[in-house]
Amino acid sequence: MRKGSPDTWAFAGAVGVVLLLGWLELRRPGGVSIARISGGLLTIDLLIRAGIFTIILVGLNLLMGYAGQVSLGQAAFYGMGAYFSAILTVKAAVLGISPAVARAWWWPWFVMGGAAVLVGVFSFLIGWVILRLRGHYLAMATLGLGIMVYIVLRENLGIPQLNLTGGFDGIVDIPRLHLGAFALWPESRYYFLVWAVALATIVLGLNVVHSPVGRALRAIHGSEAAAESVGIVVPLLKAQIFALSASLASLAGSLYAHFQAAVVPDTFGFVPSLELVVMSAIGGMASIWGAPLGVLAVLLIQELLRTHVLGLIPAVTAEMEPVIFGALLVLIMMFWPGGLVSSRRRRPVWGER
Amino acid sequence: MDALLEVREVSKSFDGLVALAEVTLCIHPGQIKGLIGPNGAGKTTLFNLIAGTLVPTAGDIRFRGQSIVGLPPYRIAHLGISRTFQNVQIFPGMTVLEHVLVGLHRYTLSGVLAAAARTRRIKGTEAALRERACALLDKLGLAAWADTPVDSLPFGLQRMVELARALATSPQLLLLDEPGAGLNPTEKAAVSQLIRKIRDEGVTVFLVEHDMQMMMGLADEVAVLDHGMLLAEGPPVEVQRDPQVIAAYLGEADDVA
Ligand SMILES: Nc1ncnc2c1ncn2[C@@H]1O[C@H](COP(=O)(O)OP(=O)(O)OP(=O)(O)O)[C@@H](O)[C@H]1O
Ligand SMILES: [Mg+2]
Repeated sequence: MRKGSPDTWAFAGAVGVVLLLGWLELRRPGGVSIARISGGLLTIDLLIRAGIFTIILVGLNLLMGYAGQVSLGQAAFYGMGAYFSAILTVKAAVLGISPAVARAWWWPWFVMGGAAVLVGVFSFLIGWVILRLRGHYLAMATLGLGIMVYIVLRENLGIPQLNLTGGFDGIVDIPRLHLGAFALWPESRYYFLVWAVALATIVLGLNVVHSPVGRALRAIHGSEAAAESVGIVVPLLKAQIFALSASLASLAGSLYAHFQAAVVPDTFGFVPSLELVVMSAIGGMASIWGAPLGVLAVLLIQELLRTHVLGLIPAVTAEMEPVIFGALLVLIMMFWPGGLVSSRRRRPVWGER
Repeated sequence: MDALLEVREVSKSFDGLVALAEVTLCIHPGQIKGLIGPNGAGKTTLFNLIAGTLVPTAGDIRFRGQSIVGLPPYRIAHLGISRTFQNVQIFPGMTVLEHVLVGLHRYTLSGVLAAAARTRRIKGTEAALRERACALLDKLGLAAWADTPVDSLPFGLQRMVELARALATSPQLLLLDEPGAGLNPTEKAAVSQLIRKIRDEGVTVFLVEHDMQMMMGLADEVAVLDHGMLLAEGPPVEVQRDPQVIAAYLGEADDVA
């Protein structure tokens, strides 16, 4: 981050809000909790999930908003991180990992880091092949990958004897994280971990955006032909950003696994991938700050729908949620194409290319 | 003198449509070489082949003695060929200065991870690049618009920004596809003068231009394409008198009528 830039102030503000909310939850001064002052809307649980999604969204915004490459399967990388962490901690014995290692406090951290690197390398290779083709091949490929990963997780990686992923039921009893003997639990502690990572990810995203790489990404978005004509190695840069975004999603997945202590395949299917795209669009794809804003907006709307709207209309069941989100996305795209962070509001222009 | 760029019997067809047929021509260092021909003659196609945007169906293209056929555009840019586009290709939302900085990208050598960590080296090169970019804008008379988004500039200035971006890569060969199109006579004169200045600083120029007057005043040598075939090549005055060339242009006039 550059000293003295508006981002620095925004970041200071974000740190302040995170600390204040965390302190409120941790201390509950005079019995005041976040849930109480927000009328039950903001819970520590929601804030932790917001932090986890923010980590994914920073990567997704770099990929979609800056490099202009759409991923419809980001939840697959999220799932890979979550299942790497779940399997290698819960099923370590099945895999022949010595209990002395698997029970060490650093083992889950090691798995988390290793998974992020592996997923990064894996997606880089995919990206390097696919991103050489022009057009929306990445969207198609990630769509396919998302469905594939979902099925592979559900079908026990194709080796039911080992029951590594637990099929439909997933994996339970995933251990909490520790730093030495210090447990990062209950939620009020885990919250600080998740948001420390989320804020670090935001700094990382801002650094990329304000670097020559960020400029090159915007150039690719504007005109791939022109970007190539000045020597930008377009396929390499796209593959790098794709890998970075996948790595971050994997990291978020690991944090999610240790938070929920349980994973099921449905969390990482096609609908979650779409939800991520909706969050990105609502917050503003071409912005790093759009990430936390989009996440919070969507999580709050979901919460409101569940608690206030869906209950009031008997005919409307939870099944309607994706429909409402779809409609919301269409409206945002029409009236507010830049998302929440964009000041540029416009009327829909029919027939505009 | 050895040729800087050699186009050897290059052909290109699009699904049976022959856009270029066995075209052979040379560009020598320090030249301003012109390329003319009626609409659809294959001029832009030839530029796209040289720049690597398209791959020839047959033939060879050599830059400083090395074949560049099949190389991707960014590799060709690294070798020292830069271009502007007939339909200006700008980056919407980015300022004039940013366009030039993108042109300087090959001097940044920074990967995504280094950028994410915002290493000291990145900060250092960024400051140096800005200085270089500003100097180039000064030279092209664009300094006043440095912080203006390019999409809000008039067309003539957008073309200048494209030129500035191409020059930022420090090319040895500059391909200009109709730099005068859509400009008024004053702007055209300024662009002509600029192209001469660029050449005098050691950059070889290959340009397509429909404005004959502008072309005649600029080019040392002109090649004429018609229906994908090289009709004539030589000093502008001679080419202008070539009966085949006159016939080609009259033919075009007939088509229009
Ligand atoms: N990508 C492409 N796919 C199919 N046909 C093409 C393609 N590019 C060019 N052509 C065709 O090749 C022929 C030559 O086109 P080109 O653009 O090179 O002409 P030009 O000499 O630049 O014309 P102008 O003066 O109008 O710019 C035309 O018939 C055109 O339709
Ligand atoms: Mg053309």
